Amino acid sequence: MKKTELLFLKEDVDIPYNWAAGRYGSLFLTRLRDEGKFIGNRCPSCGKVYLPPRVVCGPCFTPPEEIVELGDTGTLVSYSVVNYPFIDPETGSRRPIPYTLGYIRLDGCDTYLSHFVDETDPAKLTPGLRVKAVFRPREERTGRLQDVLHFKIVD
Amino acid sequence: MAQRVAIIGFGQTRHRSRRDDVNGVELIQEAVRAALEDADLTLDQIDAMIIGNMDHFEGVNYVDTWSVDGTGAYMKPLLKLTTGGTTGTTLGIAGYHFVASGLFDTVLVVGWEKNSESDTTGAIITCSDPIFDRFSFSGALPGLAVEASAYMKAYGITQEDAARVTVRDRRHGANNPYAHLRTPVTVEEVMNSPMLSWPVKLLDICPRTDGAAAVIFAGERKARRLAPQPAWVIATSVRHDYAYFHDIDYTRMHTIEGAAKELYQYVGIKEPLKELDVIELYQPYSFAGLKWIEALGLCPPGESPRLLWDGVTDMGGELPINPSGGVICTNCIGATGLLRIGEAALQVMGRAEGRQVPNVNLALATGFGGAFWSDMMLLGRRPW
Ligand SMILES: [Zn+2]
Repeated sequence: MKKTELLFLKEDVDIPYNWAAGRYGSLFLTRLRDEGKFIGNRCPSCGKVYLPPRVVCGPCFTPPEEIVELGDTGTLVSYSVVNYPFIDPETGSRRPIPYTLGYIRLDGCDTYLSHFVDETDPAKLTPGLRVKAVFRPREERTGRLQDVLHFKIVD
Repeated sequence: MAQRVAIIGFGQTRHRSRRDDVNGVELIQEAVRAALEDADLTLDQIDAMIIGNMDHFEGVNYVDTWSVDGTGAYMKPLLKLTTGGTTGTTLGIAGYHFVASGLFDTVLVVGWEKNSESDTTGAIITCSDPIFDRFSFSGALPGLAVEASAYMKAYGITQEDAARVTVRDRRHGANNPYAHLRTPVTVEEVMNSPMLSWPVKLLDICPRTDGAAAVIFAGERKARRLAPQPAWVIATSVRHDYAYFHDIDYTRMHTIEGAAKELYQYVGIKEPLKELDVIELYQPYSFAGLKWIEALGLCPPGESPRLLWDGVTDMGGELPINPSGGVICTNCIGATGLLRIGEAALQVMGRAEGRQVPNVNLALATGFGGAFWSDMMLLGRRPW
């Protein structure tokens, strides 16, 4: 058979989505936007404090109804300095690199928050570091987790 | 009506970084044909089929219908399953359930992926929660790197220890004519490869692959009649814990611990290092070849580097891991778990050729996906 020219069909059209944050998610995000505060909720059965607050504790299958105010400081549990290019489905273009992805346990909380840390030198990062949230100015906040710009190392 | 089940056939494509010469349906067709040839069956002898992949890699969201020419499921019962990284192992477990129920006697399951058709990381990010995870979640590679950084700190594990895992799998992959990456590498080469997501380097992580795999399950009477040595399904297990990536306890691999415990208790395994003969581990990056074999109970937490450096998990060692080269050598995601099952079946059947471990009685295949979820299939030379 004669060698065939192999073709591709390119597709780069977005389909917009509207995701519901739900009652607890909306409460969390409005407090973040309006007051610059993190909240979680506590499971009455196992005592675990969840962030984001949620309608059910998975392991207990119990509603964690008690709202708990959390601090804006916490501990870096784990991290990675990301330095390879990829398309961010949030924007459709490349996410700027390098940056540091961090899992942070806010004081008073049992689960982690997935966010960015303002330090990309692996030698200056280690699990256990104390970190603090840096918020965007009030007028720039829109009720998303990105209302927090990043976390900075405080010790 | 319930019956014992065995694997009687396995087929796979020659895995490559891209297969521009075929579309997805045509790729699927290659694996289905290979599995039928392997089992010496015709399509007429297949009662039902199950297909799976991760839809967002190809952007085709009705794969069961779309692929019917390639699966050969024309006018047959057909089901689609997709569970992220575990898709392939889920397919195998579902095939086992279909036949074990007695409702079907021969079931063909097929997993496939054309990772070349989209940005793998971008597509994987769409697996995460759109409100609380997605803006910071960075795909599989950093998602695993956060596990590595916590594990290194907890047990004093080094990047060289992890590199030794890659060295093993790349050496094994050279024995597998179907593997995507078939050239051995050294510890130095791993250490000098580009740092993609600290502490994970290019040679610590699996490739993105175009490929497909198909496995045929049969009920006991048919398996005995059709296969000289079937690979009997002894038991399967599945464990999920959390949905958000930021909820996970990265110091331990709880889902592997739970899934392995269930299998071991079922068959009475007390010392898996001694009692298992081979493992096909869904190990998407090198550090998993340390931490996750601790979760499998092969050694206490933090002591796996010794097993690696002593060659215990190499071909010829006490418990060879990934004779096929594993996920580090081939990762066509929707097929990856099914490759573990198919390769483990070949080991039990004694038909793994250049990558055969001698005298395999028990072979363990594992799957990994989602937010650190695990599932497993234990295969044996004799029915349980
Ligand atoms: Zn609870």
